[in-house]
Amino acid sequence: MQRTTMDLWVGLFVVTGIVALMILSLKVGNLNVYNPSQSYTITGNFENIGGLKVRAPVKSAGVVVGRVTDIQFSTETYDAVVTLSMDSRFSFPKDTFASILTSGLLGEQYIGLAAGGDEVKLQHGDKLMKTNSAMVLEELIGRFLFNKAAEDDSL
Amino acid sequence: MFKHIVSGIQNIGHRVIESVWRLGVATRFFLLVLLKSGTSLRRFGLVIRELYFTGVLSLIIIVVSGLFVGMVLGLQGYETLQKYGSESAVGTLVALSLVRELGPVVAALLFASRAGSAITAEIGLMKATEQLAAMGMMAVDPIARVVAPRFWAGVISMPFLAAIFSVMGVFGGYLVTVVFIGVDEGSYWSQMQSAVDFRFDIVNGFIKSCFFGVAVTAIAVFEGYDAPPTAEGVSGATTRTVVTSSLVILGLDFILTAFMFRGVS
Repeated sequence: MQRTTMDLWVGLFVVTGIVALMILSLKVGNLNVYNPSQSYTITGNFENIGGLKVRAPVKSAGVVVGRVTDIQFSTETYDAVVTLSMDSRFSFPKDTFASILTSGLLGEQYIGLAAGGDEVKLQHGDKLMKTNSAMVLEELIGRFLFNKAAEDDSL
Repeated sequence: MFKHIVSGIQNIGHRVIESVWRLGVATRFFLLVLLKSGTSLRRFGLVIRELYFTGVLSLIIIVVSGLFVGMVLGLQGYETLQKYGSESAVGTLVALSLVRELGPVVAALLFASRAGSAITAEIGLMKATEQLAAMGMMAVDPIARVVAPRFWAGVISMPFLAAIFSVMGVFGGYLVTVVFIGVDEGSYWSQMQSAVDFRFDIVNGFIKSCFFGVAVTAIAVFEGYDAPPTAEGVSGATTRTVVTSSLVILGLDFILTAFMFRGVS
């Protein structure tokens, strides 16, 4: 085979490979929407994080606005310290309410943010003041049974 | 009786020593190829010629199998997921299984049987017809001139082939679930995009395919160079290349997965 034709085919092959890698990172991996270089981090203390995992999405009004980057246990307050990496395009008021929610009945857990009314915005390194723990099924059932027992007693 | 037992144990010992010795020879050969690859990197035309044979000619099998693997994944995933009413997650299933595992592994298995066996047969036959010895006579190092370009061509083409395989698979899944079955197109892509992470899934899959490329081509060139210079020897070496590299790919995949995805998500 001619040398130039071979070069052409190899060039086409390499270009196809690079295009495939680009498609994987941009179309499948969605690299462009969430760029960690343009982000700010905030932390929040949660009494119980349930099944929340690192890399879980942070959503506000159902839109992904950030990701969970770290989950630590605090020995000072004996609760979970969750670090959130937020997209810098979205800033939230200081009194934003964060709660751990579940998408669907069996879906993954995520952090839902409900914006407050404060004038001051959350800055890099700030702490979320108002948090709501994950719903734990056992505790819920326990509370229900306890209430039921109390009702029966009062009758 | 006693003599039989002794000879049996001797046999085991002989085999163990033989295989350890062979592993040592293979490692030395691998290091020698790396040391002598300066020539092939300077004369890059040699590598381009081999890229044509290992990469371009493997494209068809990679594209077609990628498409069909993606289509089957889409069908089977839809069948199972629709029982739970979450058929929109089929994009996630197809993309994650392709990018993390099936893309690198199946592409490497196909690459081993398509290109690895060809490399072994070519080098083995060159050795059997004493072309390698003739090169040595003319003060041309056969490792630098014949083995190293083939090695580097395989190492370069493997990640590209794995990426093309994954893309074709994702497209095949799209074809079956969105176009034929009628899953919502928006949720196919958006669920996929929210689940697939660039660093953890795509980069790790890419690293895996690089490892597989090095392993498959190293085995292929060694088996070819080490083949007994007979017709039977070359055929045995070709078989050994496919068997050994398939086993190494699957074993290596488990080790790499254990390191990469431990404790993540």
